[in-house]
Amino acid sequence: MGLDFTVVPSYFGVLLMGAGWTIAITVAAGLLSFFGGIFFAVVALYGHWAIRLPFRLFAWLFMGTPLLLQLFLIYFGLIQIGIDLPAFVAGVIGLGLHFAVYNSELIQASILAVDKGQYEGARTLGLSRLQTLRYIVVPQAVRAVVPPMGNNMIALLKDSALVSVIGVMELTLAAQQAISRTYRPFEFYLAAAACYYVINLALEAGLRRLERRFQASR
Amino acid sequence: MPDTPFIDIRHAAKSFGSLEVLKDINLQVQKGQIVAIIGPSGSGKSTLLRAINELDPLTSGEVWLEGVQVNKKLSHSQYEKHVNQVRQDIGMVFQHFNLFPHLTVRGNITLAPKLLKGISTEEANRLAEEQLAKVGLSEKIDAYPSQLSGGQKQRVAIARALAMKPKVMLFDEATSALDPELVEEVNLVMKQLAQEHMTMIIVTHEMGFAQDVCDRVLFMDQGVVVEEGPPDVIFRNPENERTRNFLRKHLAAQK
Ligand SMILES: Nc1ncnc2c1ncn2[C@@H]1O[C@H](COP(=O)(O)OP(=O)(O)O)[C@@H](O)[C@H]1O
Ligand SMILES: [Mg+2]
Repeated sequence: MGLDFTVVPSYFGVLLMGAGWTIAITVAAGLLSFFGGIFFAVVALYGHWAIRLPFRLFAWLFMGTPLLLQLFLIYFGLIQIGIDLPAFVAGVIGLGLHFAVYNSELIQASILAVDKGQYEGARTLGLSRLQTLRYIVVPQAVRAVVPPMGNNMIALLKDSALVSVIGVMELTLAAQQAISRTYRPFEFYLAAAACYYVINLALEAGLRRLERRFQASR
Repeated sequence: MPDTPFIDIRHAAKSFGSLEVLKDINLQVQKGQIVAIIGPSGSGKSTLLRAINELDPLTSGEVWLEGVQVNKKLSHSQYEKHVNQVRQDIGMVFQHFNLFPHLTVRGNITLAPKLLKGISTEEANRLAEEQLAKVGLSEKIDAYPSQLSGGQKQRVAIARALAMKPKVMLFDEATSALDPELVEEVNLVMKQLAQEHMTMIIVTHEMGFAQDVCDRVLFMDQGVVVEEGPPDVIFRNPENERTRNFLRKHLAAQK
């Protein structure tokens, strides 16, 4: 049995739908990882130790264990304590928190690198500590980590394939479904790979634009 | 109380660890007065200035502004509220500008008035335009700090401070970080403020400027005010040996 790509077009709809879900989960988890990353970073740097400690533990859990395990825990594990999340939501939370922890590490370092003069400039005008963080320090820290955080977003896009295991009908699972009907793994995995590649290109282009936009404001 | 000074610093002392940086400093400034502080590097000029707005709180002594004690002893949360309030009345300009690089010139100027004075965006924009016109930078309103020269940055920093309508302006070597050809444009803005009778305390290395603009000059050395008086006296006819030495060395270095 040779390769036959002519079967692919009839499953375009399925693949496209899968790609749509992949984009949706990447965007949702990306946003969660961004704002969660900022939140975790601020808590880690400025929180009371009684709050910092559980967060530290939580960060260790998310960095030190496989993402796949975390997804299982959130989707199948939480049901036992009465939290029954839809697969998509569980996937977004798992991916989002996982990458929030990585983003938080970047942002923490970047916050510490903000010049002392920035705090003084802001406090001198009468801004409170919180206002200084919110309007001066965090925006600068985030701008400084756009490139490495962009890499995390690209990793997030690729790791979104993992949520297929909890049944989210994203690109990888869509390809598998087509394969189970046609017995053409090579063609469909390749087609899915091409889709990931295109989404990736779009994401990278978006990140480059963001970087350029922030160039003057650094 | 017509005779109480606008700014009153009483028995100000400050230590960093075991290092005594300010030793029993007393300084009274009347409303509209312009005071220059000169002295060798490390003599405590910046520390004194930064004590006035609680950036470097004093170890002991008092700072008063228009009858309000700036360095009041309060509980932590009350203290925070209090300093955030009094700092709105005390403009400060730094050697290295400390503009916010992620905001445009407009954003730099309008942020604090919008957040702290609760004014609308339109009002804040008008305020920014007004202050920028004053420092001669109207056309730079949408530029980012990275797109400005040092002199322009410092003028924006002054406009930013003025937008809070402060009662007093503190300048910490506002022109020291500038290329020589950019110093004058900043000095001009400060002279203009002097004509408007803004109360100012100016730490400077520019003796000519201090002589032109200031009503009084303080010479500081090793944490004490060694000598003070009108500029004519301090620059032409200082009494103290240390003042004479400093001025001689300083003038020699400038040639
Ligand atoms: N945050 C600080 N911690 C420790 N020492 C400091 C600090 N700030 C200033 N100093 C010391 O205090 C002295 C006075 O400094 P400063 O007020 O900056 O002097 P000036 O502005 O006259 O050059 C210097 O010896 C300086 O090293
Ligand atoms: Mg200094």
